[in-house]
Amino acid sequence: MSWHAPAFGNWRRRLKVGVLSLLGLIVVVVGAGGLAYALYPRTMPQTQVLAARLQPVEIERLRLAAYFDAIADPRARSIALFEEAGRVIQHPRCMNCHPRTDRPTQTDSLRPHTPWVTRGVDGGGAPTLRCSTCHQAENFEVSGVPGNIDWKLAPIEMAWQGKTLGDICRQLLDPARSHMTREELLRHMTEDELVGWAWTPGADRRAAPGTQAEFGALIKAWLETDAVCPP
Amino acid sequence: MSYAISVNGQVHHVEDDGQTPLLWVLRDTLKLTGTKYGCGAAQCGACTVHVDGQPMRSCTLSLEVASSARIITIEAIEGADVRAIQDAWVAHDVPQCGFCQSGQVMSAIALLRATEKPTDRDIDLAMSGNLCRCATYNRVRAAIHDAASKLGSPT
Repeated sequence: MSWHAPAFGNWRRRLKVGVLSLLGLIVVVVGAGGLAYALYPRTMPQTQVLAARLQPVEIERLRLAAYFDAIADPRARSIALFEEAGRVIQHPRCMNCHPRTDRPTQTDSLRPHTPWVTRGVDGGGAPTLRCSTCHQAENFEVSGVPGNIDWKLAPIEMAWQGKTLGDICRQLLDPARSHMTREELLRHMTEDELVGWAWTPGADRRAAPGTQAEFGALIKAWLETDAVCPP
Repeated sequence: MSYAISVNGQVHHVEDDGQTPLLWVLRDTLKLTGTKYGCGAAQCGACTVHVDGQPMRSCTLSLEVASSARIITIEAIEGADVRAIQDAWVAHDVPQCGFCQSGQVMSAIALLRATEKPTDRDIDLAMSGNLCRCATYNRVRAAIHDAASKLGSPT
C-alpha cells in the first residue's frame, strides 16, 4: 500500500501543474493578444463632415408673380404678392441682419451673434472690431464664416425683428425709415449683392426661398399693384 | 498654386491651395506658432494677426486673400505700444494658461493704435471677440489701461 500513495500524490501534482500551466498559458496568450490589439497601429481618425452637412439642402420654392394673376381683386392680389415675398423678408438669412438692437443675430433661431459685436456708426461694426475682422468678401467654406463685400447691418430704422409683416411692409414704404424710394427699394431687393447673399449663404445654412430674381419679380408686381400692405 | 505672402516684413513663396486658411500657412508652413489655433471658426480670437494694420482672424482668411496684404504676427510686432503692453501684461500677471494671449495682445495693440486712451467700453468693444477660458478679462482690461497711461506719460 505504501507505494500507492506517492504514485497518487505524483499524479495529483502533475495534474495541478498541468492545469496551472494551461491557465498561465491562457493568461499569457490573452494578455499578449490584447496588448498586440491595443498597440497595433491604426489609421488616425480623419476630420469628417458632420452628418447634418451631408443632408441635401432643402430647396424652398417661391410662387411666381404670375401665380397671383388669378386673384381678381387688385388689393387682395397685392397683399398676396407681398405675403409671398414676406417668406423671404422674414427668413432668418434676412432677419438676422435686421435686428431691433445694435447686435446682430445668428442661425435659424435668431440667437445673439457670437462673438459679442455691435453695429457701430455705419452698421459695419465698432471701429476696433469691424465685421471684416472675421467676415471676408466671400463665404469662407473652410471656417464656415459667411462673407460679402458689403457685410453689415441694416440701419436701426429698418429693424424687422419683432415686427409683423404688415409693419415691415409699411416701414419699407416709408422713405424716412427705409431711406429708399420705391425704385430704389425695387433695385435693392432685385440687385443688391448683400440681399443676394441670402440665396447663396454657404456652409449648411438654409437659403431663402426661390431666387433673387423671383423675389424681385414679386416685389415689382406688388409695387405695380399699388403696394398694399397686409394688416 | 504658388503665392507670395508678406509676413513680418519678409516675402515667402508658399505652394498651397488658395483656400488654405492663413493660420495653417503661418503655423505649418512658416513655423510661426505664436499665433494659436483655438476654434477655427472666428469665434475665439486666438488666431488674431494684423493684416494691413487691422486685427483679423487668420483662421478665416484665405491664403489667396492674405497674399495681397502685409501680415504681422505676434513674433514680429514692435513699437513703444507693444513694449507698454508687454510690461503691463507682466505687471498684471495677465496670462493664466496663456493660450489665448497672443490673440489678446494683438487685439490690445490694435486698440491702443486706434484709441490712445480707451475707456472700459472701448476695451469691451475691441476685446469682446477674444475669449479667455481662464477669464482673465479684468486683468486684460487693467493692463490695457495701464499700458495706455504709461504711453501717455512723459518718459
